[in-house]
Amino acid sequence: MNALSLRNLKKIYNNGFEALKGIDLDVEAGDFFALLGPNGAGKSTAIGIVSSLVNSTSGSVTIFGHDLKREQAKAKSCIGLVPQEVNFNQFDTVKSIVLNQAGYYGMPRKLALQRTEHCLKQMDLWDKRDTISRRLSGGMKRRVMIARAMVHAPKLLILDEPTAGVDIEIRRSMWKMMQEVNEQGTTIILTTHYLEEAESLCRNIAIINNGLIVENTDMKSLLARLHIEHFVMDLANPMTQTPVIEGYQIELLTDKSLNVAVPKEHGLNRLFSQLSAQNIEVISLKNKTNRLEQLFMDLIDSNPSVLHSGDRQS
Amino acid sequence: MNRSIAFKTIVIKEIFRFIRIWPQTLLPPAITTALYFLIFGKLIGDRIGTISGSSYMNYIVPGIILMSVISHSYANVVSSFYSTKFQRNIEELLVAPIPNWVILSGYVSGGIIRGLLVGIVVSLISMFFADIAIKNITITLSIALLTATVFALAGFINAILAESFDDISIIPNFVLTPLSYLGGVFYSTDMLPGIWQTISMGNPILYMINAFRYGLIGVTDVDIQLTFIIIGGFIVTLTSFSLLLLHKGIGIKN
Repeated sequence: MNALSLRNLKKIYNNGFEALKGIDLDVEAGDFFALLGPNGAGKSTAIGIVSSLVNSTSGSVTIFGHDLKREQAKAKSCIGLVPQEVNFNQFDTVKSIVLNQAGYYGMPRKLALQRTEHCLKQMDLWDKRDTISRRLSGGMKRRVMIARAMVHAPKLLILDEPTAGVDIEIRRSMWKMMQEVNEQGTTIILTTHYLEEAESLCRNIAIINNGLIVENTDMKSLLARLHIEHFVMDLANPMTQTPVIEGYQIELLTDKSLNVAVPKEHGLNRLFSQLSAQNIEVISLKNKTNRLEQLFMDLIDSNPSVLHSGDRQS
Repeated sequence: MNRSIAFKTIVIKEIFRFIRIWPQTLLPPAITTALYFLIFGKLIGDRIGTISGSSYMNYIVPGIILMSVISHSYANVVSSFYSTKFQRNIEELLVAPIPNWVILSGYVSGGIIRGLLVGIVVSLISMFFADIAIKNITITLSIALLTATVFALAGFINAILAESFDDISIIPNFVLTPLSYLGGVFYSTDMLPGIWQTISMGNPILYMINAFRYGLIGVTDVDIQLTFIIIGGFIVTLTSFSLLLLHKGIGIKN
């Protein structure tokens, strides 16, 4: 069963801007799905329509088999949303923010209190339950929004850049939490600008650009399409001239470091033997860019044909 | 989906909100109306004498009570709902499976409760200045309740259409206050010259204040049945318009 299905979804804003040009997308139940795209690509509009914050111009949204227009209450009950920006009342306490949200979903008081406690403990916020929310740190505010989105135990959790602006330690703990939530059966749709986050967490991915889905596949297939990887090599001895090795594009970054574009078919072994033959000693090596980031940039920079959900390769 | 729980959640949140800021919401009307009673009712009123057989103090009490109900039921909804929009926590409601009529009735109920609570506070203060035996409790309470409903609905529409904090003060300052003062709070329409009497009859607040005055002291310039029809008409029209705005997402959705 699909957790989410979008069919020919279009959005034209009042000023004439066409944010979505008729997208099709399927997200399977239980998936950990990445929805990526540059700023202004249309991903926030798509999420806004799915979570009823934006009116679509045409097309349909189905959530766990419930049409968002015809069975609005059932469809909405399946969704939990963690928005990009803090949007709770900053004069309320942490506990009342989460508890009120449970009330909006019609949850009886006793159950709402139990769920609020559970979610706040899961987010490591129980000790802060009586704190006025504007006194929380940025990371804590984001966790409050996750607890709020989780309080009615949604089947589909949409996280719109949940780790933006939080430090690496909190980001890692949030990754762990998201993985646990997904392992417990909740479908997750994640948008993020940290592509290593999408690469390490998500199984399937769609990339949206200029209001169109330009890629929709599983993460492994996408990464397998990466033909060239860039490496930065630190050298033991200084160099003045850029070495030339057939099949590799090499650039001298400093006198003791090289940037090498390595085609997949040539690999690293041949490169190292050629470097040794030229008495060039490499002391360390690192990936210049995140692999997904490189693919993402290639897709966005090029002008690819539109792929729809039926093109998924998995 | 239990709609009554969602409704109760919004109403309780609203009550806690205005009680938490009671120095801004409950205290000012108490001070302002005490000054009205003292200056207009006591100091000036003693020189005016009686209107329609009532002392001037007794005559102005109903108007001042209802004026407070009007301004506070309006102010509660317009400020609360606009702040909810401004801080974007309206999204908490929009993502949840709450029907539009529950959102509307929740906020309007919050406005009604504050309006009536302020009305009670002002009534208690009036007891220090006036000696009123309620003439018709049913008309008194129903007019107060229905008037609060009308202005809570109007406040909701104002909040939806407002795009800045300036927009939520324009209607109270330039429409509500003049209409209230010209709605016969301090005078009878009989005291106005001919043309102004006719113009005054186009002011809906005049009907509400006079009907409320009739309920409290048995004196009125208007027909009570007509007043209920006018208020009913306003409630139906404003409710329909509010629901239309919510349905279309005007002012609250992109």
